[in-house]
Amino acid sequence: MRFSKKGRRGLALTALAAATTLFAAGCSAGSLGSSSGEGSAGGTTITLLTGADDNVVASAKSLIDAFQAANPNITIKHDTRPGGSEGDNLVKTRLSTGEMSEVFVYNNGSLLQAIKPEQNLTPLDDQPWASELDPLFAESSKGADGKIYGGPSGTAFGGGVLYNIPVYKKLNLQIPKSWDEFMKNNETIKKAGITPVEQSYGETWTSQLFVLGDYHNVEAQVPDFAQKYTAGQAKYANTPAALQGWQHIQQVHEAGYFNKDFASAELTDGIKAVATGTAAHYPQLGGVGANIENVAPGKTNDVGFFALPGPDAATNGMTVWPGTAAMYIPKSVEGDKLDAAKKLIAFAATQEGCDAQAKGSPPQGPFLTKACKLPTEVSQIAKDTQEYFDTGKASPALEFKSPIKGPSLEQICIQVGTGQVDAKKGAELYDEDVKKQAQQLGLPGWE
Amino acid sequence: MTSTVGTTEVGTALAPVVPKGTRREERKGTYPYWFYLPAAIIFVVFFLVPTLLSFYFSFTRWDLFTSTWIGLKNYQSFFQEQALVIGLRNTLIYATMTSGLKVVIGMLLAVLLTSKIVARGYLRSVIFFPVLVSTVGVGLTFTVLMNPEKGLINQALGVIGITGPDWLTNPSLAIFSIALVDVWQGVGLATVIFIAGIVSIPSDYFEAAQVDGASRFYSFWNITVPLARPAIATVITLSLIGGLRSFDLIWTMTGGGPGFASDTIASVIYKQYQAGFYGLSTAGSVVLFLLVTAIIVPLTWWLNRGEADR
Repeated sequence: MRFSKKGRRGLALTALAAATTLFAAGCSAGSLGSSSGEGSAGGTTITLLTGADDNVVASAKSLIDAFQAANPNITIKHDTRPGGSEGDNLVKTRLSTGEMSEVFVYNNGSLLQAIKPEQNLTPLDDQPWASELDPLFAESSKGADGKIYGGPSGTAFGGGVLYNIPVYKKLNLQIPKSWDEFMKNNETIKKAGITPVEQSYGETWTSQLFVLGDYHNVEAQVPDFAQKYTAGQAKYANTPAALQGWQHIQQVHEAGYFNKDFASAELTDGIKAVATGTAAHYPQLGGVGANIENVAPGKTNDVGFFALPGPDAATNGMTVWPGTAAMYIPKSVEGDKLDAAKKLIAFAATQEGCDAQAKGSPPQGPFLTKACKLPTEVSQIAKDTQEYFDTGKASPALEFKSPIKGPSLEQICIQVGTGQVDAKKGAELYDEDVKKQAQQLGLPGWE
Repeated sequence: MTSTVGTTEVGTALAPVVPKGTRREERKGTYPYWFYLPAAIIFVVFFLVPTLLSFYFSFTRWDLFTSTWIGLKNYQSFFQEQALVIGLRNTLIYATMTSGLKVVIGMLLAVLLTSKIVARGYLRSVIFFPVLVSTVGVGLTFTVLMNPEKGLINQALGVIGITGPDWLTNPSLAIFSIALVDVWQGVGLATVIFIAGIVSIPSDYFEAAQVDGASRFYSFWNITVPLARPAIATVITLSLIGGLRSFDLIWTMTGGGPGFASDTIASVIYKQYQAGFYGLSTAGSVVLFLLVTAIIVPLTWWLNRGEADR
């Protein structure tokens, strides 16, 4: 009797020990996962992490193919991540835990500041391509210490209004340079039975263009808005010029100019609508034009691009994103992998690298380094954007001039666009949102 | 040194005072304390320590490496947040609505499925099936079904001449649509618990009631409901807790939108964490913890007190 009891106890202990070992094994398998790829024979393997949009993936694959052809010793794996705030979260977490891919593509400008480049990234200003960078891009890829952390990825593009050229021709409309002209065009378009303004709140980030894309007009009226905004002195709600973007959303909503399914439509629905002419205008980033060919084949040159109109036709110009993204190397990367990562970024900054990216995804604006020239055949959106650059009527968006961008802008724009709150209230809510971001960044003057 | 010796002496001195029988019974009834150790370590390391740490971090502004003590400021800005007011209201609406519907519908289904009907076993499986499906899958499927223009639900309503509402894109309707999906998914579990409760009621009561000429409704109301009370208490507690911390379904169906119209406390916390406001979201978690405790503890006490009285 005694013996058997003891025996059972021993069995239980063995089971417990086995379970503990299994548990421990499970843990270590998980942490090993991140460093997979070390096994490949000879050479170095690194991973490139990019966004997951079709054109981004195509462009990254094409860049990797060209790079591997030129550097047979280096293997590049491709990995994707979600966009929007979900992506921000993933990038921050992986950087903090030291599990980031060797090269990753992420926003520059204010979002770069939020991942603390001085602390988490490898400085790249000793690289040969650094002196060739477009000055706007270089400026927005620097950390607070003035060092460049990002290599060029893709092209610059504008934020404005995509419009359907055949509709404009049919209704004999002129490109609007002031808000009043824009609203007049909308009236004519509505009478013709076409949706004047397409919105796609099903994909929340697409709602922000009325506010973000209006920044050139804000700065035309208040030249030092960015400094005062960063210092916590100027707010959206108490600066009339900055409030206009919010009022525009409200006006277009109240006039009933949105498409019927604006609350559930997604980006591709919006692109399709403006490319096929069921909608005349779609406030959007010019970069999304790379998707037109996928969504509405053969319609790429039916879509043109103009700046969001402001109060004054004379000062109207385009708000531009000097590259929404750059390529970074986390500080944790060392040795051969670091060399390989630097080589990949350097390659992307050559004409060969730019051509490879352009092959994967048609460029919608100028390249970010002087080393690259655009191909001769480019889309109408790229031509229209280039013209604003050439005539000096382009200025970078606020997120490239100030480190603060509130994370809830997209939801608050939707609140205004669905009529839940008015423009003034929306701007106030966003000012509160901005305050939290400024406090998290530890900026002076916000406590 | 001396004190150690002292305690040992006291220990040995006291030991014989305890009656032998009692001590033996104690040893018989309980496992040695070190048996608790594995569970205790896991509990302390993965539950207790993080919980206590999160209380501390809710008073700081932190970013995984550094933290600054800022006192109650996180709580201050958490309570000033507009999304919070909407979130708090939605959380309460969602929890009471899903919990209430699950109890009522679950009870009716359980009564139906314990009576003698055709294909009872099959119907029981059908009712339970949605519980087995991943919530994210359910959320994505219903998002497609509830699309105002292209969704199957509104197209079906259109056939019989009804213009279906904008289920998920109408700000004042979104939270209710999600709650309905939650009920669809969760009612199976409630039904199973109720079936177990009803089946365990001795059939003598029903027979006696039948002999006395009680109507079926009368025996349901006066026999089934009171005697299934433990089952009802379980379902209310489980579904209320589930409703209060509901997140996955809301996140996959609307992401808290349009705007902030279907945000709950859990989704507000998640968005703040996503934005990198770690201190703020920790404070939010503490608030959610206190809210759930404040509702559930008295409720369980009240529900179980009735049981003890019987």
